[in-house]
Amino acid sequence: MNAHATKQGGGGAGLLSLLARIRPALNFITALAVTFLGLLAITFFIGRVIPIDPVISVVGERAPREVYEAARKAMGLDKPLIEQFLIYLWQVLHGDLGYSLLTSHPVLEDIKRVVPATFELATVATILGVLTGVPAGVIAAVKAGRWPDHIIRVLGLIGYSVPVFWLGLMGLLLFYGKLGWVSGPGRLDIFYDGVVPQVTGMILIDSLLAGDWGIFKNAVSHIILPAAMLGYYSLAYISRMTRSFMIEQLGQEYITTARVKGMSERRVIWKHALGNVMVPLITVIALSYAALLEGSVLTETVFAWPGLGFYITTALMSADMSAVLGGTIVVGMVFVGLNLFSDFLYRFFDPRAKL
Amino acid sequence: MSDQQKPAAPPDAPSGAGGLRAWLESETPRSAFQARCVQMWLSWLKFSANPLALTGLLIIIALVLMAVFAPLLVTHDPLAQDLAGRLLPPGAKGHWLGTDGLGRDIYSRIVAGARITLYIVALVTITAPLFGLLVGTLAGYFGGWTDVVLMRVTDIFLAFPKLILALAFVAALGPGIGNAILAIAITSWPPYARIARAETLTIRKSDFIFASRLQGASPARIVAAHVMPLCISSVIVRVTLDMAGIILTAAGLGFLGLGAQPPMPEWGAMISEGRKFLLNQWWVATMPGLAIFTVSLGFNLLGDGLRDALDPRSGQS
Repeated sequence: MNAHATKQGGGGAGLLSLLARIRPALNFITALAVTFLGLLAITFFIGRVIPIDPVISVVGERAPREVYEAARKAMGLDKPLIEQFLIYLWQVLHGDLGYSLLTSHPVLEDIKRVVPATFELATVATILGVLTGVPAGVIAAVKAGRWPDHIIRVLGLIGYSVPVFWLGLMGLLLFYGKLGWVSGPGRLDIFYDGVVPQVTGMILIDSLLAGDWGIFKNAVSHIILPAAMLGYYSLAYISRMTRSFMIEQLGQEYITTARVKGMSERRVIWKHALGNVMVPLITVIALSYAALLEGSVLTETVFAWPGLGFYITTALMSADMSAVLGGTIVVGMVFVGLNLFSDFLYRFFDPRAKL
Repeated sequence: MSDQQKPAAPPDAPSGAGGLRAWLESETPRSAFQARCVQMWLSWLKFSANPLALTGLLIIIALVLMAVFAPLLVTHDPLAQDLAGRLLPPGAKGHWLGTDGLGRDIYSRIVAGARITLYIVALVTITAPLFGLLVGTLAGYFGGWTDVVLMRVTDIFLAFPKLILALAFVAALGPGIGNAILAIAITSWPPYARIARAETLTIRKSDFIFASRLQGASPARIVAAHVMPLCISSVIVRVTLDMAGIILTAAGLGFLGLGAQPPMPEWGAMISEGRKFLLNQWWVATMPGLAIFTVSLGFNLLGDGLRDALDPRSGQS
């Protein structure tokens, strides 16, 4: 399309410059579409091709031949594979992810119900990760090779090496079991459940909207531990990236110039150098947010946090394939979307990337 | 022969000691074998100067020894239940790390679990990189549509969060250690394909490739005998860095009950069992977690050290 526009030239200069301007957006959308198609091909493959016989899992092993054949026909499994895939695509694009065996609701409805909890947890975790990770990375870069740098590196290494579900259990053991500083698993204490009217589905916001301070405090005491555990992961990643970006900036000549001019060290580091690091840092934060989705599967299981990850693992336990695959599609799409979006942000904000 | 040129010896290296050392630090190696030995020796010097990397290496050696000599190191049968002696605290009645909910000795189970962990890591790190290497070198060498299609597929796999994709695969295949390994391998080959492709692109126009093509070598021979070996060192570094992630994913699958099935002493599954007793018998869940943490820390330290020692590009940062 773009090549055509370039060849025709002259006639529509306005159109051309418009095309050039929206080209990153077009590329973004194409990449998104192709990757989504691939995602669906994989989930289709997992759901329809791998299982020895999906019909048996529905009708049971001892079903009479007629029942079996009828079920096979009803599931569309007698059609050619490519036709099955197109039907599957059509269904997913219309929001039909099948019915969950466990809840007997449409999977999409279930997912809509649980997503706010995951969103709330991941957002609080990212905020914690950014608030600690960025300063930690800056300090490590400024003191590179000295003890603050080593401490921050070791903290990061531990974050990369520790199994997140075990860290969650240890957190529960220490802060809930022994010290009693926070509340245990779940989003709220049982007697607060369902008191606040649902608006956004995020209890922290809903309770504030309802003006119920007690529930808000209870929700905070429930979310703080899982969010801190997840946030530790983004801390490890964000601080490592911030450090390497900052070291690169601090070696530049404009930093020397600013120092020679007598600018205070604090202003040089936190305003000039950090200001220039902001663009790649936004990308890193978006990526770490996507990575949290993955960590949330295990963390939500440990903390019985009723979000998407918990939904997927519960469905796994009861062999509820459409729920598992529906959850996988949603997580995959959010993940892909965030990855491409961070790429897009980078191109959009960094003038050098346009060259 | 440019890849066998010897970098300058570090100034602090002791010199003139004995025959072997002089041979290893020679400025003018006389054979390809000696040049390779010199290269390895210098990498080792760089690696061993890094205490963290050495710690990592020691941890991994300890793990391997533990796995090899597991039958000699255990104090109890790792599968033997003793319902009278269940949930004993560490140190009680000769159980160094206590016993679990079925009275099995936790120390013996951790030692026996080292084998399972190594088994998983070994199988994944043999299959996934080989497959990635194959895809990457084919894409890079042939280019064109082969490249576009293969890399698109790679990108799609790369786009999925690893653990979620592995979960979905295991859910379809059914739980079990073999299926868990397969699922982890399926989700971890894409980065190797990318690395191998990048390396292949830099060497496919080299004179030695043209030379062997002129001699009549088939594309299969060129890829297998000339391109792949040159991609291996960067893939190995990446593999070492990924091993910790593989262990964590395997433990996560085990924790969710999708990996090794009871009564196998897999560390992740042991944590899952210990979860029931978390608040009163803390050691049941804590000990296997410490084992996972130590091993994955060891692989991370080793990987960082190897990267610094083998990859000249990352040496400065």
